[in-house]
Amino acid sequence: MLEIKGLRSAYGRIEVLKGVTLHVETGEVVALVGSNGAGKTTLLRALSGVQPITGGEILFNGEPIHRLPPHRRVDRGITQSPEGRQVFGPLTVEDNLRLGAYRRSDKDIGSDRDRVFTMFPILAEKRHLLAGGLSGGQQQMLAIGRALMGRPKLLLLDEPSLGLSPLLVDQILDAIVSLRKDGITVLLVEQNASAALAIADRGYVLETGKVAYTGAGSALLADPQVKAAYLGIE
Amino acid sequence: MAEFLQFLISGLTVGAVYALVALGFTLIYNASGVVNFAQGEFVMLGGMVTVFVSAAGVPLPLAALIAVCVAVVIGLLLHRFAIEPARGASAVTLIIITIGASILLRGIAQIVFDKQFHKLPSFSGDTPVDIFGAAVQPQSFWVLGGAAVVVLGLYAFLERTVLGKAVLATAANRLAARLVGINTTTIMALAFGGSAAIGAIAGILVTPITLTSYDVGTLLALKGFAAAMLGGMGNPLGAVVGGLLIGLLEAFGAGYLSSTYKDAFAFLVILVVLFAAPQGLFGRRAVERV
Ligand SMILES: Nc1ncnc2c1ncn2[C@@H]1O[C@H](COP(=O)(O)OP(=O)(O)OP(=O)(O)O)[C@@H](O)[C@H]1O
Ligand SMILES: [Mg+2]
Repeated sequence: MLEIKGLRSAYGRIEVLKGVTLHVETGEVVALVGSNGAGKTTLLRALSGVQPITGGEILFNGEPIHRLPPHRRVDRGITQSPEGRQVFGPLTVEDNLRLGAYRRSDKDIGSDRDRVFTMFPILAEKRHLLAGGLSGGQQQMLAIGRALMGRPKLLLLDEPSLGLSPLLVDQILDAIVSLRKDGITVLLVEQNASAALAIADRGYVLETGKVAYTGAGSALLADPQVKAAYLGIE
Repeated sequence: MAEFLQFLISGLTVGAVYALVALGFTLIYNASGVVNFAQGEFVMLGGMVTVFVSAAGVPLPLAALIAVCVAVVIGLLLHRFAIEPARGASAVTLIIITIGASILLRGIAQIVFDKQFHKLPSFSGDTPVDIFGAAVQPQSFWVLGGAAVVVLGLYAFLERTVLGKAVLATAANRLAARLVGINTTTIMALAFGGSAAIGAIAGILVTPITLTSYDVGTLLALKGFAAAMLGGMGNPLGAVVGGLLIGLLEAFGAGYLSSTYKDAFAFLVILVVLFAAPQGLFGRRAVERV
């Protein structure tokens, strides 16, 4: 479904992605892990078209998309729940979800919103409140729900568990697993590498802008080098 | 009492015009972060184009419509050829660009039109209406009513339509707006076009009272800017309240103190706001929890 070949990206003269090659197959949950500053967020932003690339290509269902503006990529079925949640603070929960479906004009927007509410009941309760007033965990749910409102084929999730209580982390991870049943492919970026690899089919370890290790989620979890470097387990 | 009422109504009338100019500032500032000092030129274009097109024999309502369209086209051109190419430039650079655009537009207006003052006939005659002893020009009602319609229309657009919410979303978080598929360049163009239309409407409504010429935009932009600052830059409600307050300040100041310093009040407000309350009366639209 998604094929990234030799992707490069830089902030000014500092190259942050130094030729990343990876692929995601339809129906998979793929985890992308790596330490602070490895370039995970930069990669997801490049996929969504909000971060310029300096080389390489991105193929989606076989077609190059790396020259498309962000809204055309949403049209193709790629949406993102960004790092730091980035909800529309001065707008209500309901408006945030409606804007997630901004590119759509079909009749199912209402029922999709109700599905998000079923997934995260607390959002239904707070639907008329401003997103800026929600707790961090609620904002995270809203950011994921907003990305789902775009009816993604490929959902990009950047650190969905950052700063959340263990209970909430479990709830979010359960939600991600349940997405697979709806036929949504997920590329999941996580600091919390062990949790991410545990639910993922496959994983990639990014190290200073390059893929350092790759394999099945369980295999990476068991790999002594990955363990030592990224999972904080000896 | 009659005198007080007289000042009150004339203050609200000019204040409504400042409010519309301030709204124009707000709309563009929210969508793009740009403080557009060419805002006053949209007001000038509204009045001047209407004057010259109606002088050519076109009925007034149609001339006014043409003026709004001309202003919108200029607004879109300004965005496309001056603001968009400078995307990512610093705020100061962008402000200088809009000041340059304002000077350019004034220069062009001076050549295309002339350097004279021009008047439009009042829309409903010049017989003053007596309100508790105050003699009110019928055109005042057009200004107040027109401003109210624009404000309510803008409010309905922003709060009730998905496109309007996309404008608010772009103002709140540009990155997230792009990630949900909002074309923020289109939203910025919309803001420039919309601000131009609002400015032009203000110019058309007020020209029967204040006259117009190629350079009326400069002072209006400053007063509208003062109003927007007073209300809290980026806050539409603040812009309206700020505009009305500055209008009232001018009218009462000129009435009870001295009309010589009428135009100084806006500058005074800018200074006081800058020193005492840089966030304005209403501050930011909402505080986002991180
Ligand atoms: N806007 C920016 N300007 C300049 N450098 C940046 C910018 N954003 C990120 N960087 C740098 O690019 C590198 C990669 O950052 P990125 O955010 O992609 O990493 P990450 O893997 O997502 O890290 P984290 O786990 O902390 O979220 C880092 O060295 C960071 O300092
Ligand atoms: Mg990151």
